[in-house]
Amino acid sequence: MTTYHELDPVEAKISARDVSVFYGEKQALDAVSIDIATEYVTAFIGPSGCGKSTFLRTLNRMNDTIANARVEGEIKLDGEDIYRSGMDVVQLRARVGMVFQKPNPFPKSIYENVAYGPRIHGLASGKGELDGIVERSLKRAGLWEEVKDRLADSGTALSGGQQQRLCIARAIAVDPEVILMDEPCSALDPIATAKIEELISELKGNYAIVIVTHSMQQAARVSQRTAFFHLGKMVEYGKTSDIFTAPREERTKDYITGRYG
Amino acid sequence: MTEPAPLAPADKQARLAARLRQRHRSDQLFRLAGMAAVAFAGLVLAFLLFTMTANGIGGFQRAELKVPVNLANGVIQLDPSQLAAGDPVTVLESAGLPALVDSELERAYGKDGPRLVIDGAWREAARRIARDPARLNQQVDFWLPASNDMAGALRGEGTPAELAQGKALAQSGVLARHFDGGFLSPGDATSPQEVGIWGALKGSILTMLVTLALAFPIGVLSAVYLEEYAPRNRWTDLIEVSINNLAAVPSIIFGLLGLAVFLGLFPNWRSAPLIGGMTLALMTMPVIVISGRNAIKAVPPSIRDAALGIGASRIQVVFHHVLPLALPGILTGTIIGMARALGETAPLLMIGMRAFVAAPPDGLTSPSSVLPVQIFLWSDEIDRGFVERTSAAIIVLLLFLLAMNSLAITLRNRFEKRW
Repeated sequence: MTTYHELDPVEAKISARDVSVFYGEKQALDAVSIDIATEYVTAFIGPSGCGKSTFLRTLNRMNDTIANARVEGEIKLDGEDIYRSGMDVVQLRARVGMVFQKPNPFPKSIYENVAYGPRIHGLASGKGELDGIVERSLKRAGLWEEVKDRLADSGTALSGGQQQRLCIARAIAVDPEVILMDEPCSALDPIATAKIEELISELKGNYAIVIVTHSMQQAARVSQRTAFFHLGKMVEYGKTSDIFTAPREERTKDYITGRYG
Repeated sequence: MTEPAPLAPADKQARLAARLRQRHRSDQLFRLAGMAAVAFAGLVLAFLLFTMTANGIGGFQRAELKVPVNLANGVIQLDPSQLAAGDPVTVLESAGLPALVDSELERAYGKDGPRLVIDGAWREAARRIARDPARLNQQVDFWLPASNDMAGALRGEGTPAELAQGKALAQSGVLARHFDGGFLSPGDATSPQEVGIWGALKGSILTMLVTLALAFPIGVLSAVYLEEYAPRNRWTDLIEVSINNLAAVPSIIFGLLGLAVFLGLFPNWRSAPLIGGMTLALMTMPVIVISGRNAIKAVPPSIRDAALGIGASRIQVVFHHVLPLALPGILTGTIIGMARALGETAPLLMIGMRAFVAAPPDGLTSPSSVLPVQIFLWSDEIDRGFVERTSAAIIVLLLFLLAMNSLAITLRNRFEKRW
């Protein structure tokens, strides 16, 4: 049975209740309820097409861009319903940042990539402040040493792993409260993956981080809480160590042990 | 059914080799066919350019007759300062310049002298005096536009008497072809010796500006709305089909539309570049919409996601990311549409841009001609002198097209982004 919240005494940053998503007639997600806290990295695992990415995209309303997608249920960010009418999506996405599966830097300079968010949200007054934000963000993303001498180069000229860290820098430049990561390492080699995982661990605690991953090892390495999705339902949610060593559900156990997926 | 026996290794090798030879052959044939196609296109282009330049170069020249005029003999009682008082040509006319030129022509070439130059050739002399008033007190040799007969004689056309006279004048060095700066300055005229292309060129420039100013923003905004904002339903499908059909409508239909709608609304602006531009904009817009939509569609969705993901609003996504990336494609469509509009004659005939317009247009609402219509009109003239002028006008049109396209391509290359 779905369990949530009672295992953590901490306050939830995001709390979702009975969230269902439909694409036209097809139901992609069925009554998912979960609490996500800033203190932990939360991982969503499950086989392809299980709805974990769909659920992730409901958390900053990226599903709005899909023409016939419909969301039911309730998602609260700091107690505020993000699907209520009058909710400003632009502001929501400034608070809930996102890193995508494929590194997608803008075809602009490295500097512009990071400065874009603060600029459109009006976070920096003046060039000096903007420079400071860019430098701080790149440092937190562990990219500063590699690019500090070529900030004017195109972001697309970087290697895949560097591009993904640039995307993380771009996301944290607007100082979000939550960072959603949709399989951020699936297009990267093991060394770049290790760097991103290290980065996630460093960012933990400052931001509520939710990561969707296909790799169970990755979930085990970086997360403290894990939710297992299967066929549009959240099957089990708990401490990562519990999920991987003593899953309560048969289906979780089958997936973890590689029976399917 | 029995399974075929496995091939012997030698047989298999032979079959593979035979197939491989065949594939190489078709590869080579295809490459040859491609090269032949490119070579053919290149030849046609070279032929076109060669004949046009060979014929057209003469169009930039004009047969001129040398006329010695003594401005110091007291016939013209003018002070250089008086020239500046009014229009110099009028001042010189009332001071007796036409009669002086005629008498000088008679003195130099006999009784028929005045007929060796075009009517009003003295204006040419007047303009040169205006440019350099110091000539008023000097003996000056003017090269004045020769008459159509003499111009024809110089080309080897005309009656035996004219030919003989022309030959004699040419041999004594007083009848010659010179570069005609005048061809690039004034408007249309009835004599090929006097025509200029500037009126039509200016008309074309003004018309193109109106077309661009209307078709580009409307086309791009439609493309953006249809791609980024419009819901997918029957109405947008209908609009899409209509726009695609609009791009295929024969241009003369747009002319009729312009005649009925624009001239119905603004009857005073007949033959005006504004109306011409509006009519051509109707024709160009669908091309820009279609190419714009394709260019916008080709922008990777990941870029939109990235911008939306850090909280860009939809309009910021469009103007900061989608449009800059789609711009090269949009500009390509714009070049094609504008080039077609520039060469278009039929719709402009409908709205009266085929009238004889002697003066270059002084604004968007004054009557004007455009280059392709001017070419069409000149090619219809009986006087052989217009043949070269027509070729010269075609060269001007091609150069204009070239200039327009280079500008667009330069812009496109500046916006082109590498991934």
